[in-house]
Amino acid sequence: MSNVTITEYQGIETSTWCPGCGDFPILKCIKDALVQLNIAPHQVIMTSGIGCGSKLPHYMRVNAYNSVHGRSLPVAMGIKLANHDFTVIAVTGDGDGYGIGGNHFIHTCRRNPQIVHIAENNQVYGLTKGQYSPTSDYGYVTTTSPEGTIEVAINPIALAITTGATFVARTSSGDPKHMTQVIAKAIQHKGYALIDVLQPCVTFNKKNTYAWYKERVYKLDDEKGYDPHDRKAAWARAQEWGDRIPIGVIYQEVGRPTYEDQVTVLKQGPLVKQGFNIGRIKDDIELLKEEFV
Amino acid sequence: MQTTDISIKIGGEAGQGVESSGGGFVKALSRGGLFIFGNSDYMSRIRGGYNFYQIRASDSPILCHTSHIHLLLAFNEEAITQHKDEIVKGGAIIYDEDFKIDADSLKARGIQLFPMPLVKFAYESGADRIMANTAAIGTAVGVLEYDFERIAEVITQNFKRKGEAVVNANLNLARQAYTLAKEKYAKNFKFKVSPIPDPPKRMVLHGNQAICLGAIGGGCRFMSGYPMTPASTIIEFLSEKANQFGIVTKQTEDEISAILMAIGASHAGVRAMTATSGGGFSLMVEALGMAGSTETPLVIVEAQRAGPSTGLPTRTEQGDLEFVLHASQGEFPRIILTPGTIEQCFEAGWRSFNLAEKYQCPVILLTDLYLTSAVRSVDKTIFDFSKIPIERGALLDDAALDKLTSDYKRHAITDSGISPRAIPSHPKAVFMTTSDEHDEHGHIIEDAESRIKMMEKRMRKLELAVEEMRTPEVYGVKGAEITLIGWGSTYGALHESVDRLNEEGTKANMVHFVDIWPFPEERVTPLLKEAKYTLCVEGNYTGQLANIIRTCTGIQVDKRILKYDGRPFSADDILLRVKEEVRLHV
Repeated sequence: MSNVTITEYQGIETSTWCPGCGDFPILKCIKDALVQLNIAPHQVIMTSGIGCGSKLPHYMRVNAYNSVHGRSLPVAMGIKLANHDFTVIAVTGDGDGYGIGGNHFIHTCRRNPQIVHIAENNQVYGLTKGQYSPTSDYGYVTTTSPEGTIEVAINPIALAITTGATFVARTSSGDPKHMTQVIAKAIQHKGYALIDVLQPCVTFNKKNTYAWYKERVYKLDDEKGYDPHDRKAAWARAQEWGDRIPIGVIYQEVGRPTYEDQVTVLKQGPLVKQGFNIGRIKDDIELLKEEFV
Repeated sequence: MQTTDISIKIGGEAGQGVESSGGGFVKALSRGGLFIFGNSDYMSRIRGGYNFYQIRASDSPILCHTSHIHLLLAFNEEAITQHKDEIVKGGAIIYDEDFKIDADSLKARGIQLFPMPLVKFAYESGADRIMANTAAIGTAVGVLEYDFERIAEVITQNFKRKGEAVVNANLNLARQAYTLAKEKYAKNFKFKVSPIPDPPKRMVLHGNQAICLGAIGGGCRFMSGYPMTPASTIIEFLSEKANQFGIVTKQTEDEISAILMAIGASHAGVRAMTATSGGGFSLMVEALGMAGSTETPLVIVEAQRAGPSTGLPTRTEQGDLEFVLHASQGEFPRIILTPGTIEQCFEAGWRSFNLAEKYQCPVILLTDLYLTSAVRSVDKTIFDFSKIPIERGALLDDAALDKLTSDYKRHAITDSGISPRAIPSHPKAVFMTTSDEHDEHGHIIEDAESRIKMMEKRMRKLELAVEEMRTPEVYGVKGAEITLIGWGSTYGALHESVDRLNEEGTKANMVHFVDIWPFPEERVTPLLKEAKYTLCVEGNYTGQLANIIRTCTGIQVDKRILKYDGRPFSADDILLRVKEEVRLHV
């Protein structure tokens, strides 16, 4: 059935990631999900910030704008408003997306544009060689917190739910099959979709390793009766961290209009396809000039 | 021959209707065929404080305000304290008869006092106390012996949405004051304005509105911004007109997001802009460099106000020129336009989009509070939308992309430095770009050889762009003894200064920059070399244009006339200081 093949997404660049990096499965799963959904590379645009994970779009064949640190989401929003036909996937890290880009994160949740936000959360700053991040656990020892961090970690899942996100999920680099499914669901979701990915940094995070996550994660799909549309239930699962970490779609709200659906001008179709013809607005221009007389 | 040139000032508290009275009066005067200039001065607060609105009306074209006034409409006692020294001999103050003022000292200065029962009239008409402003305007029309019907028309229009009763109450009140003032004071007041027969229909607008009209004509489709004085009226205006002209506007969470969304929209293929003041621009600086590196077309309006930091939030300054020139790390092409009049704002409004797309770089339209908020009457013909060229530069359309036989290179190395641009979504042009240094495909590189090639490619674009930069406008006499130099909003004050100096026998001219970067040094150098004595007039502390001129041409201007009090230059301000220089040096 599917016409789009994985080779179409095959990049030519060699990655700079460390062997075993949790970013490798993310790269593969994004491509797999897009192929599964029969979306061709020219129909997709990715944005990213700065950090190891933000190099991801370079390692596949796809439209992309690799911006500066923390700024993936607003660039994605601008692209979406200019051409809402695109499947827009914004990639960020944890420091990138929840720290320096934290303000953009909460406001994007409120706006509900149809953008998939994949946050590669390794709970550490990797590219700058091992400082603590906004998701580092309390007491985590790094070069900038030799006595352990003395601030609690941000909870991106709860924060997204409370600021209005309509799709909030968590998956793990340790389970690519699960990740592909979650990404595919997120792409199909009408609205903003956060996927927080537990993504081990094999070089700088010696605590939150593949093994550490494996011992703790459990799938919400296996929880009988769990309904991600139940906000209260979702809120309870959002608080879970430590001994048990849920993965899967934690929260989903269906039916809320997307931001772009509510912009009057965009009801005529994507902005970039509307063209520009001064002749068409000639009469309006004359009326406009009269307003100043 | 100029026979009428009168300045009227309305002063009072915020909330007393200073701005709306001024705006209404301006319309009434413009519709009578007079040339007008109106500027306001207000404090950074919503109620209280002290504000004024100044109107200059003339039967000849005017380009700026004056430092002196003929008529003061004092809505409170403070207005008199603030402005008594600006009133010319024979000028007058209109005020409420209950104000406590030092009448003797004012009369001793040659000022006429026109007390009126303004509040009493307002109460008698069954209206609110605030309507005393309507009575004051009626009084002014009476002493000026202007056509009452002109003000009646504006009152009717302005109060229409509040219902017929309110319209009539205001009309009656204005007429009552008008009649009394005309009878009691008009014969003693020698400054008059009268409508001209068959007045032309002129538009009255400020710089931000002119920029918006230019942007609409230039095909701007996306505008993102965060509210900040004095730039906010741009996003407000475009939001109001968005559906009519197919523009998406977005108020963002901060200025960082504002510039990034505009960059995203531009990358996706639509003409996009953002607007802010210096503080917001400070937040945009990182993304400015990103637009430079990724070669994304972008228009940024930076409407300056007095800094540093929060500074004087509602006052003007030209303090950001060197900042916008050097903002962001590293070196990349940027274009800086500094319009100084309503006409120049309109032109810069559309031209900035052409430049941004042709040279695939950020274009900064640097204005200031005075230019963005002062209104002037202009002929409708200057807004000729049919003559606006839409030049998108090297942009590959679908047909061109269909024919591609090899991979599309977003950042292809070319002789001109300009890489043909594709809009993403074509199957044959799947591409990326990055803020990291990159190769022709937009992939990250770190080797020296590729870096040098890409750096030189980007910077080469400036060699072409500089050819398009406007030569500074020279106005005044040839072989002038003194040459005034300026940029941006001082255009009007410089222009009038030159006229007055020449009238008074000092041969003068001016060199005014509307395009500052890339600096058109080959054309500027000869202009300045032939000048005998140069004075650079700038609204900042250091003389930033003078610095740039010295850097680019090696020419040191003879004198810097600077002002950093948050207030705009008038011709009077400039002449006062120029004449001292002339006495000493010419």
